[in-house]
Amino acid sequence: MTRRSPSALRRAALADLEGLRARHPAVFRPSWSRRAAVVGTLAVILGLAAFAMVRLDFSLLRIVHGLHRLGEFAGMMLPPSAEGRLALFLSALGETLAIAFLGTLTAACLAFPVAFLAARNVVPNPFLRFGVRRGFDVIRSVDVLIWALIWINVVGLGPFAGALAIACSDFGALGKLFSEAIETADRKASEGVTASGGSRLHRVRFGLVPAVLPVLASQVLYFFESNTRSATIIGIVGAGGIGQYLTELIRVLEMQQVAFLVLMILVTVALIDLVSGRLRRAIIGGPAH
Amino acid sequence: MTVRIEKLPPERERTLLAAYSGAVASTRRRTLGVFVVVVALYLLAGWMAEVRPLTFLDNIHNFTAYLGQILPVLTLDNLPADLAAWYWGLPKWLSLLGETILMAYLGTLFGGIAAFCLCFLASANLVRSTAIRFCARRFLEVCRTVPEVVFALIFVIAFGLGPMVGVLAIAIHTTGALGKLFSEVVENIDMKPVEGLTGTGAGFLETVRFAVVPQVLSNFASYALLRFEINVRGAGVMGFVGAGGIGQEFLVAIRNFYYSDVSAILVLIILTVVAIDLGTERLRHHLLGREAHA
Repeated sequence: MTRRSPSALRRAALADLEGLRARHPAVFRPSWSRRAAVVGTLAVILGLAAFAMVRLDFSLLRIVHGLHRLGEFAGMMLPPSAEGRLALFLSALGETLAIAFLGTLTAACLAFPVAFLAARNVVPNPFLRFGVRRGFDVIRSVDVLIWALIWINVVGLGPFAGALAIACSDFGALGKLFSEAIETADRKASEGVTASGGSRLHRVRFGLVPAVLPVLASQVLYFFESNTRSATIIGIVGAGGIGQYLTELIRVLEMQQVAFLVLMILVTVALIDLVSGRLRRAIIGGPAH
Repeated sequence: MTVRIEKLPPERERTLLAAYSGAVASTRRRTLGVFVVVVALYLLAGWMAEVRPLTFLDNIHNFTAYLGQILPVLTLDNLPADLAAWYWGLPKWLSLLGETILMAYLGTLFGGIAAFCLCFLASANLVRSTAIRFCARRFLEVCRTVPEVVFALIFVIAFGLGPMVGVLAIAIHTTGALGKLFSEVVENIDMKPVEGLTGTGAGFLETVRFAVVPQVLSNFASYALLRFEINVRGAGVMGFVGAGGIGQEFLVAIRNFYYSDVSAILVLIILTVVAIDLGTERLRHHLLGREAHA
């Protein structure tokens, strides 16, 4: 934004500031109650922050020292290079994408039918709805890494456990989003189906599903994007993908290869963002058949 | 009242029916095509991720068995003592949980402040210079794309073990995530106050302070609360890499097969996350509702 030269109005107003103050006292009067509220909120926020910093052992010395070492690491990262392991990294990246895709799609397929049970306009029984919702909440509140640890116990180390972990944690999140989308769907179509003699299943199939499908598809794409990010880390606990190499290389301070891996992840995620952004716009903008 | 329905002339009816079935058939073909592509990709992904459905079916009883193992032995006649035995480490776990929540809080606060400072630079309606906007956006993207656990891994080596590392990692990731959401909010504001202030000769900072901030503050707070909830979940696993919080204790319990500890800590984490989820949702509705009334 360019700074413009002060206008004539501003100059006149500034010259007559005292007069303005006298004529419109209400505008210039400070509102003490609002100020007290602002100061109080700020005091609470900052007080809690100060308490947290003391409790979590923040020390300036450590930060300065650490920043110094971070600077060293940044120097070691240049230039990023794969050091002859490009094929290995690419296959790990492919595995990561496969985990994300598999997990998201499985979660979507499982969450789709269950989400209808949690929607007010499909299931009038509040107990069933409440139960399904809390179930989603509980599943959602467990992090992907924890799910990965649990599934590793069942199917062993490897990408399969990662895909199952993503499927589980997304099942909760997608179920919640899906049921909200179903609840906000336009009622006219399903009322029309009821009026022409359709049963409850007909109402869902012809009144609700066509209306919500594009919204759900766009949410699934969005989750696929964010899952490619989380799929890069589940290797940390041994559930496959590029995270395995990333962890190892960080631990042995092979910073050039770390930088290369991070760049690979950045480029991949940017590409997927681009493609799925296009797809989402096409789905939302296109005809809802 | 009877309504007579005029039948269409047969020729007209035939053409209309043909057009209709043609349209339906083309939609069906397209749906089928998309379906086939998705299924093919799914199978390919399954092959790449080494999915073994048979092993899965063979081992699925492991899952239920595992769930059975981690559940504590609770008997009705000895309930208080059983509960006490299940939660033998409650004081330690509660203090670790408190640490986790504080980590999420500080991370959200620092990240929120950084995002607040950066988001105005990344908004197309306030900053005309493409170079500044490009740099701000790319920076936010890098912060957002690299997962917080990766930051934590690097920081643990640089700063040493401890919750401070977790806070820094969460803060950086939050900067990226919130910065993007904030700048989207800023790009959707009403531009009239901005034009008014620019007209009176205000500079960039004055415009932001008096024309933009009052419009966006409640939305910002709502997004920050949403992020806080996500960060509580994220802070719970920071301990996996030694960055503080309850994660370390949980990892130890899982790796050493302290079965009842696993369920005890898991239940604590779930309860905390659900409680914070409900609390922040209330607050957010309150904030957004106030804006809607104003």
